[in-house]
Amino acid sequence: MNFQFVLDNLAALTVTGLTQGSIYALVALGYTLVYGVLRLINFAHSEVFMIGTFTTTIIWAALGFGVGAAAPSTLGVLGLILAAVLAAGAASGATALVVERVAYRPLRKRNAPPLIFLISAIGASVALMEAAGAITNRQPRGMPSLVFPKVQFSIFGADVTNLQLGIIFSALLMWVGLDTFINRSRLGRGVRAVAQNPEVAALMGVNKDRVIMLIFILGGAMAGAASVLYDVKVGLTTYSVGFLIGIKAFTAAVLGGIGNLRGALLGGLLLGVVENYGAGVFGNQWMDVVAFLVLVVVLLFRPNGLLGESLGRARA
Amino acid sequence: MLLELKDVSLAYGRIVALHGISLTVDEGEIVALIGANGAGKSTTMRAVSGLRPVLKGSISFDGQDITKMRADLRVIRGVSQSPEGRGIFPGMSVRENLEMGAYTRRNRPEIDKDLERVFGLFPRLKEREKQSGGTMSGGEQQMLAVGRALMSRPKLLLLDEPSMGLAPMLIQQIFDIIVEINQQGTTVLLVEQNAQQALSRAHRAYVLETGRIVKEGTGAELLHDPAVKDAYLGVA
Repeated sequence: MNFQFVLDNLAALTVTGLTQGSIYALVALGYTLVYGVLRLINFAHSEVFMIGTFTTTIIWAALGFGVGAAAPSTLGVLGLILAAVLAAGAASGATALVVERVAYRPLRKRNAPPLIFLISAIGASVALMEAAGAITNRQPRGMPSLVFPKVQFSIFGADVTNLQLGIIFSALLMWVGLDTFINRSRLGRGVRAVAQNPEVAALMGVNKDRVIMLIFILGGAMAGAASVLYDVKVGLTTYSVGFLIGIKAFTAAVLGGIGNLRGALLGGLLLGVVENYGAGVFGNQWMDVVAFLVLVVVLLFRPNGLLGESLGRARA
Repeated sequence: MLLELKDVSLAYGRIVALHGISLTVDEGEIVALIGANGAGKSTTMRAVSGLRPVLKGSISFDGQDITKMRADLRVIRGVSQSPEGRGIFPGMSVRENLEMGAYTRRNRPEIDKDLERVFGLFPRLKEREKQSGGTMSGGEQQMLAVGRALMSRPKLLLLDEPSMGLAPMLIQQIFDIIVEINQQGTTVLLVEQNAQQALSRAHRAYVLETGRIVKEGTGAELLHDPAVKDAYLGVA
């Protein structure tokens, strides 16, 4: 155990943690939205993220930024990121929508018990993952570095790079957009109405099926955006990339309070930071162990997560 | 005829709650459904608003068969319900709850006009505009539920137990407001335990017993009917 290392590098570990946590937070939004409205853990959400990572590489290659390509100009970088966010957001949103249509809606129409949804969710996840594995021959797919990390400034002795800043800032921006949409817009109000009382929401003229489609698309689009940030950061993806990220993001959602958009953000950032501290103390191989231990400990004291639920507040 | 139920039966699982109910509501009327607990009053409301599918029979509204129409589409046609137990969205403010009532509408100036109208009918709601719906008193929630149901500017307003849990003075007040809403041009179908109030304010009424209509007449007729007096008015 190396506490001295963590103390010496606290600021640096925090910055890396926040960067990783931003990606968890964006993916966590998808779990939280779906759970808030349907009381369902959409396990296929990890594959929605995976589809995004591949879409990003495909769109970049199509735009001439394949393996071996020269580093583009600043404007080129922004253009490639924007194109990737749009394409991956659309592809992930569409994947989420298809999962809803194929794996959940038929069950909903037949009033299936919750356990059946869970099985269907796991099935959809495995099917998507294995399909991607078959298509890619289980080979990882690399991409050229889009952003070369350059130190922008130092804070408490920690160097902060443009890449880290960009990832954290983009994630916050996406989160603010989603939170504003859910809390301020008419459609967002419809989402909250269904989460709080689906029957009364119908009496207000809210089409539940449309709300469900909306949350899958929104959650999928957030995972798509996260997948672009992941690709920029890691530069490599594979068919099973969603598994660990998905579980971590789900953990983040539960940690913050599932069904709570602010909880997803808090849980994601916190999980990223804590697992980096853990890696610092015990070594990298213990990172995931620490992450899940933290979850268990937090849930022992706050079973509803740090912030509790808000989307479907006070629904028994 | 604004609303017509023809021989409507409805079941919860194997328990049949309505055995072939027929009733009509004309434009401009206040019609009351009275009966004991479990007689099928709220179930009838759920059939009209579309929350429960009917087993057989038909429901027509404003010249259209709506028997199989989804609940949210009935709202657009002009049916609005203040549900049993009020159904206030606890995590939304009073204002947001009222906005939910206008969910199907897009014309902002018209919605604002109706907000003013509701605040005029229930000044209390204006005072509590920013308060969260879940923290309101029972009486205030009832006002909010009725006000919210008005926000869709319905042709037919369904009120399920508007006086439930209210102090006697508030009961008077809410019935005064129901009559006022009716005089402003909204047809009302009302379910009530408080038969005295309901019958004295309604144009016509139906008496339900174990899922069947056993009596109908004008409010005044039923108010003076010995059997009704005996069973529902608590005076011999």
